[in-house]
Amino acid sequence: MSVDTATVRRVARLARIKVTDDEAERMTNELNSILGFVEQLDEVDVAGVEPMTSVVSVKMRRRQDVVTDGEDAEGVTANAPVSEDNFFLVPKVVE
Amino acid sequence: MTDLTSLTLAEARDALKAKSFTAVELTDAYLAAMEKARVLNAYVAETPEKAREMAKTSDERIAAGKAGALEGLPLGIKDLYATKGVHTQACSHILDGFEPTYESTVSANLWADGAVMLGKLNMDEFAMGSSNETSHYGSVVNPWRRNGSDANLVPGGSSGGSAAAVAARLCLGATATDTGGSIRQPAAFTGTAGIKPTYGRCSRWGLVAFASSLDQAGPIARDVRDAAILLKSMASVDPKDTTSVDIPVPDYEAAVGKSVKGLRIGIPKEYRLDGMPAEIDALWQKGIDILREAGAEIVDISLPHTKYALPAYYIVAPAEASSNLARYDGVRYGLRVPGSDIVDMYENTRAAGFGAEVKRRILIGTYVLSAGYYDAYYLRAQKVRTLIKRDFETVYAAGVDAILTPATPSAAFGIGEKADADPVEMYLNDVFTVTVNMAGLPGLAVPAGLSAEGLPLGLQLIGRPFDEETLFTLGSAIEKAVGTFAPKRWW
Repeated sequence: MSVDTATVRRVARLARIKVTDDEAERMTNELNSILGFVEQLDEVDVAGVEPMTSVVSVKMRRRQDVVTDGEDAEGVTANAPVSEDNFFLVPKVVE
Repeated sequence: MTDLTSLTLAEARDALKAKSFTAVELTDAYLAAMEKARVLNAYVAETPEKAREMAKTSDERIAAGKAGALEGLPLGIKDLYATKGVHTQACSHILDGFEPTYESTVSANLWADGAVMLGKLNMDEFAMGSSNETSHYGSVVNPWRRNGSDANLVPGGSSGGSAAAVAARLCLGATATDTGGSIRQPAAFTGTAGIKPTYGRCSRWGLVAFASSLDQAGPIARDVRDAAILLKSMASVDPKDTTSVDIPVPDYEAAVGKSVKGLRIGIPKEYRLDGMPAEIDALWQKGIDILREAGAEIVDISLPHTKYALPAYYIVAPAEASSNLARYDGVRYGLRVPGSDIVDMYENTRAAGFGAEVKRRILIGTYVLSAGYYDAYYLRAQKVRTLIKRDFETVYAAGVDAILTPATPSAAFGIGEKADADPVEMYLNDVFTVTVNMAGLPGLAVPAGLSAEGLPLGLQLIGRPFDEETLFTLGSAIEKAVGTFAPKRWW
């Protein structure tokens, strides 16, 4: 399988990365080179093979259902590029 | 007094205990070495004040007889580890100015044992790279050079700053992380020892996430013993990471120097690549001979799905990365580039904040997870991953204790040398290491000799799950036969 520039633009939009025409062009070539490389997986017979979900077989631990953290809005917003009164500020999304 | 930075971590530990010098003196020696070595670009943030303060506290604890296992020992921390109030950007522009309000579990374990932080180490952006050339802070220069040449070489990646700093004596040891070879490949390129432990051995809490099912923390150190000492402190079960495993952490140092007699070492025929340089092949044979002479039994094995590990990795890792890196949106931390509306702001921020390699991987990951392609790519890759793991399980069930392979297909290459190459050519650096991440196994890279051009070359030992001890035993046997390697100082 290979991708065209329109597909790269669509995927970039999905990934929320703005790309210029030159970048889209270059990335199309690079992505096709990577997709060409991974194509060899089609040779592998995977009939009846379970997909891996966990690389080490352990039972998921459950923690106590109690509050162990929180009440730290200041710490949570400390690194925000723009914030006010411990709220994140973003461009207007609702008219 | 001899140069304090020439001591190994174990030697410095013992000398501090014997009160031959103080932790402050040791730390000052490293801070001075770092200042003289800035041309290597190994550190992206130096923390001298914090280091001296921690060293002073260590001296007080030593005087009070309350020294921890790493008391007063100065370490470097990869920029991927969250360190409270200190530069943490995974060497990306998109995390500009980020200073976490919390500490990663692994670094917290090191400080609890008394270690001293010298600063944050350079790396490939978000750990995506094999040469440290994708860092927002520029390339790291390998302290090693080819015989008779002053051309700058890469230290490998992604933990290139960690490997270069250890090799150049700019810290006693360093933390690193490994998703597809990011500890073992730079260790091999710099003549240092590095171990990627079993998935789940160290907590991932507070590490900037790349590919969560593959990422694992580990140390890079001057020798096998130092790596064993560091791993013991780094490893722990952690309620904040449910994939961390509740198995006691053994005394890894006790495994160093033990006899290898009777251990069965597998030599996988699939790692003998077409066109592999003769000196890599010769190095591998040297490793086989060393272990055989030390009393190990060498057996030929087959890991039939080896060649599919790298292509499967380049589906699984970008898929997980595209999901993990969705959080960098210009709202909660780091860089924000304004836009006409919120989506425009996201797109501008991510376009300006991510470098080319990171964008490439996010796009690949987004594509293979997108509607209509999930089964063909991601699901198939995860099935192939099951087969790769099964290959290892089969040989271990047949009585093999560990596997010996080369660590990398070549020695370190020049900075910029692969700049115009196809991205896949760079990916091939990890051809021997990536299988280990796909199967979640422990892998140790140990220096085993020098190339004809005078550059270090490494071997890799792959172990059973949670049997890092056997790797330290075997690694120390190789080290005993070949010695350790240090670059000639030119900086």
